[in-house]
Amino acid sequence: MLGKLTFSAIPLDVPILVGTFIGVAVVGAAVLGLVTYYGKWGYLWREWLTSVDHKRLGVMYIILALVMLFRGFADAVMMRTQLALAYNGNPGYLPPHHYDQVFSAHGTIMIFFMAMAFMTGLFNIVVPLQIGARDVAFPFLNSLSFWMTTISAVLINVSLFIGEFAQCGWLAYPPISELKFSPGVGIDYYIWAVQLSGVGTLLTGVNFFTTIIKMRAPGMDLMHMPIFTWTALCASVLIMAAFPVLTVTLGCLSMDRYFGMHFFTNEAGGSVMLYLNMIWCWGHPEVYILVLPAFGVFSEVTSTFSGKPLFGYATMVYATLSITVLSFIVWVHHFFTMGAGPNVNAFFGIMTMIIAVPTGVKIFNWLFTMYKGRIEFHSTMYWTIGFMITFSIGGMTGVMMAMPAADWVLHNSLFLIAHFHNVIIGGVYFGYVAGMNFWFPKVFGFKLNEAWGKRAFYCWFVGFYLAFVPLYIAGFEGMTRRLNHYDNPDWHVQMLIAEVGVLTIACGVVCQLVQIYVSIRDRNLPQNIDYTGDPWNGRTLEWSISSPPPAYNFAVLPDIHGIDSFHTEKEMGRGTHKPLTDIHMPRNTAAGFFVGAFSFVLGFAAVWHIWWMAALGLIGVLLTVILRSNDNDIDYYVPVSEVTRDVEAQSRKLMAQAAE
Amino acid sequence: MAHEATMPPVAGGHDDHEHHESPVVFGFWVYLMTDCILFGTLFAAFATLRHQYAGGPSGKEIFELGGVALETAILLLSSITFGFGALAAHAQKKGAFLGWLGITFLLGLSFVGLELREFTHMIAEGNGPDRSAFLSAFFTLVATHGLHVSTGLIWILVVMVQSLGGGAGPPRVMSKLTCLSLFWHFLDIVWICVFTFVYLLSVI
Repeated sequence: MLGKLTFSAIPLDVPILVGTFIGVAVVGAAVLGLVTYYGKWGYLWREWLTSVDHKRLGVMYIILALVMLFRGFADAVMMRTQLALAYNGNPGYLPPHHYDQVFSAHGTIMIFFMAMAFMTGLFNIVVPLQIGARDVAFPFLNSLSFWMTTISAVLINVSLFIGEFAQCGWLAYPPISELKFSPGVGIDYYIWAVQLSGVGTLLTGVNFFTTIIKMRAPGMDLMHMPIFTWTALCASVLIMAAFPVLTVTLGCLSMDRYFGMHFFTNEAGGSVMLYLNMIWCWGHPEVYILVLPAFGVFSEVTSTFSGKPLFGYATMVYATLSITVLSFIVWVHHFFTMGAGPNVNAFFGIMTMIIAVPTGVKIFNWLFTMYKGRIEFHSTMYWTIGFMITFSIGGMTGVMMAMPAADWVLHNSLFLIAHFHNVIIGGVYFGYVAGMNFWFPKVFGFKLNEAWGKRAFYCWFVGFYLAFVPLYIAGFEGMTRRLNHYDNPDWHVQMLIAEVGVLTIACGVVCQLVQIYVSIRDRNLPQNIDYTGDPWNGRTLEWSISSPPPAYNFAVLPDIHGIDSFHTEKEMGRGTHKPLTDIHMPRNTAAGFFVGAFSFVLGFAAVWHIWWMAALGLIGVLLTVILRSNDNDIDYYVPVSEVTRDVEAQSRKLMAQAAE
Repeated sequence: MAHEATMPPVAGGHDDHEHHESPVVFGFWVYLMTDCILFGTLFAAFATLRHQYAGGPSGKEIFELGGVALETAILLLSSITFGFGALAAHAQKKGAFLGWLGITFLLGLSFVGLELREFTHMIAEGNGPDRSAFLSAFFTLVATHGLHVSTGLIWILVVMVQSLGGGAGPPRVMSKLTCLSLFWHFLDIVWICVFTFVYLLSVI
């Protein structure tokens, strides 16, 4: 009846998990209780959970990302603490079975549910506003993507309390991820969570590609697009080209596990190396999917706070495009030790070094944008400068490992771990946080607190170096990744320093939470409110409308005449005087939510082999989609009277502001 | 997942200032290209594992080209009948449209039926997907195509039912029909690759 699921699947014997469960239950009950107490369920359902508004979906994505950041970061603290303790005969406090789940979950959650969700959130909030569109091309699919991501995040966290999570790292290499060596449900949780969220990500890629190609404001040529939109376009292309490969790879792995096939097994002709090649065919483009939008954020921030147009717009675009192409021909550098031979390794090593060239071009573009600019040291500039230093170091250690000979020494050592955290924290995370600080007033109508933002930056920046420079050193000293305990005294010093580092980063996370709290508390102070919709003297279209924008974004669609058209018009004091009309908008729908909910049932049931329940989930998904396709009431018109009212309210605010 | 059936016609009110082509068909094209990469990856896996018989049978020993040729003929014919259906829809002839789509559906169904018969036959002889890596890759690739065809069958039914209700060819049904027709012809192209690279190359 319940497949493999029994009461013994609930880990009552692990105090850490029981404690976590109680914590999650208490916080969850408190949130649900507060929503009920204030009678907000209807509001939440109508205005948020069923919303197809790209700005609201973006906010929900980023909330999901921050919650997942918390979960993934808790894993990081646990690992560092284990390694600070588990030295010279001391087993530490995490037994290997639990520790292996922690490092697997940390990687999976940080990449798929923190970074990807954060990135998609920024796409959602920014891209339609930057290209002068009223929504994305497929608003319902956008809501569906969000729910697929969210239910996958829930599924992966359910594995904490029911059953177990994967114990073989965030990419689930066979043969250890095969049924023979991992008979538990951990890998199945991994497979289903990643596959279901992959559906959402793929649809996001298709959606934003179509949006950017088809829905730009009149006059906006491709070479007039803001750089963030360019990076979103390239990341969408990468998503569409890479995620089907991931789907197939994990699909084949699940064929092995569910139907006894032999894609990647040791026996009957299976090939482990096929899996490695396939997963990295997705995996390497994936890191560029994450980092390109961060580059986009830095471009917007640098030019805005230097008060100058971006230096070398065209080279920035070409650099982004060449990274997009090159990212597909470097994947073998993840396993030079496979034994593909010197020629193959040399090719991929050289391609890897070449990819540093367009990245270097970008760094110089940002530096020259700042050069002789009137730089305002806003907290987003702190993150940007911190990024340029940190990412350059991470890039250089990457080029070191691009030499196959060096890689044979450094492969799977902590040096590698330090390298990719160096580029992912220093590049991706710094970028997304800068983006959040930059566009927060656009979404909510008030600014984030500067003092706490800078404190968060300093803690993250210093903490990063304290946590990861020791890992570089320990890597040189021969310490490999994923160790549970060790007895080399040279390593212990490094592990202790890294522990201090992770605690410093923890202070940074606390500062970010305080920043959000303080900003919400002081949102009505005059210096925090964004009356004009253009708090930073911005250059791109999103700053031309009120903060927060109306649901339809633009009362009249702007005409574009060049790069940074809004800034040019502002300098020349021109405005648009087109007549207002009714506006055609998509209607909210619960279909995305229900497809997500049924997919969760499908995923959970498939993990535990509860086949009747899996069938129900699948039928639910199909029926919801068919019903949705029968629904013809999917759009409405915002009457011109309402548009006029909004426009007049905004100009009154502007005049009141000007009068002060 | 037939999510592609559910795209809104013209989103974001972009239709009120100039005549953009609806993004639905473009978006669906792009989605099909991602599907193409999905099949491409499966073909790559098959190419890597196609000689890993593990002591089991090779393709030459178990493939019956006669049945496969019949499947191919049926699927290609169904693309022609679908084309006639689409022409009828553009000419606003509802009866002919439903008739041609009905024939397409039956042809598609017999394709899936023949494929299932081939599969059960192979499994009954002990040559199932768990026999060797070659057979794993073969079954997964061909069954993924079969699953796509089955999804297409459900979609054909949905479109037929939907066109019964409304007037002749409202824009939303028409753009849905264009997507479905792209999907159906795309599966033909994939099948030609399957027939060539999986069956013919194994038998030669």
